[in-house]
Amino acid sequence: MPAIAISILLVFLPLSLVTIGGGQSAVADMHRQIVDVHGWMTASQFVDAFAISRLAPGPGSLLATLIGWRIAGFWGALAATIGIFGPTALLIYGVAHIWSRFEGARLLKALERGLRPVAAGMILAASYVLINSLDSGWIGRGLALASTALLMATPINPLLLIGGGAGCFVLLHMAALI
Amino acid sequence: MPDSSPTPQPKSRNAALRKGRDEAPAERPSAVELFLIFTRIGLTSFGGGLSGWLLREFVQRRKLMSEEDFLNGLSIAQALPGVNVTNMAIWIGYKLGGRNGAIASWLGIIVPAAIVITLISTVFTALAGFELTHVALAGAACAAIGLSLSMGLVAARRVPRRVFPLAIMAATFVAVAILQLPLIWTVLVAGSLSVAVTYHQG
Repeated sequence: MPAIAISILLVFLPLSLVTIGGGQSAVADMHRQIVDVHGWMTASQFVDAFAISRLAPGPGSLLATLIGWRIAGFWGALAATIGIFGPTALLIYGVAHIWSRFEGARLLKALERGLRPVAAGMILAASYVLINSLDSGWIGRGLALASTALLMATPINPLLLIGGGAGCFVLLHMAALI
Repeated sequence: MPDSSPTPQPKSRNAALRKGRDEAPAERPSAVELFLIFTRIGLTSFGGGLSGWLLREFVQRRKLMSEEDFLNGLSIAQALPGVNVTNMAIWIGYKLGGRNGAIASWLGIIVPAAIVITLISTVFTALAGFELTHVALAGAACAAIGLSLSMGLVAARRVPRRVFPLAIMAATFVAVAILQLPLIWTVLVAGSLSVAVTYHQG
């Protein structure tokens, strides 16, 4: 495994343990590590990768796989995937294994309830960081908010929404508004 | 119980009798079947709602586990670090197929989707020479942020309306978004504080 893949693995291993909820919560820190700390990608390359990870099927954390792939090809993708999914996989496997012995349901309930506000704060922070990294100004922010409102209010298919966002920008571009 | 069943299924009942008394009502899927089920779910899910998909597939359609078992697993998958759906894959896989089931389910939800995402990205790279590609991708990114933000709002709405949990949520937001502190320390400090207080409140 090349040296860069080892570095990628070491970046994603600790990030694995802070993906709580849908995995969105680690996006802010991924951005900080990949763009600001290591300079492996530019901010707009990162946003491109984020968009592709939302267009593609599967867990959103495959963003890590994509980042690894973009930085260092196959080995980068493998290292990032093992890094982001490996530690938590072992953790839940261990919990599933000893679940029968877990009679202290109080601790588990405290874990679930106690982590909920932390997860909510992290997901909101990730959204905030992403909105700020948009280089398309107020039109982009407006589109992000409109998309949020549609998702909250209607059972719209997210794929349609993302395609709609792309189409919207293409139309605005052809109308020379952006 | 089988006698009162309106539509008896002799095949699975005989199989259950052959294997022993404590068999689950339906045939347990093999590791290969689990891999294929999770591959299908991984490749057809866009933008979220995966837990609902899993519930429909494993509880309602195939009746492979009880709703209570499923919801137990879901709350643990959500509380523990890790992506909900990959955690759920391991939880379900372990319940239904032991160690091999867990490994097969985990690989099924990740590997095919990982290959697809690199293919999609390669297509986009090939189109990178066209200005419209970037414009379209920027629009897609703006709309995609809605998925993240709406999930954050849904999660925030489910935080109890009390001073302490709301303060934890606000402090986490400020630490990550404004102060840009490393996430792992934020989670360790805010998470253990929050869990400890919740535990002592009973």
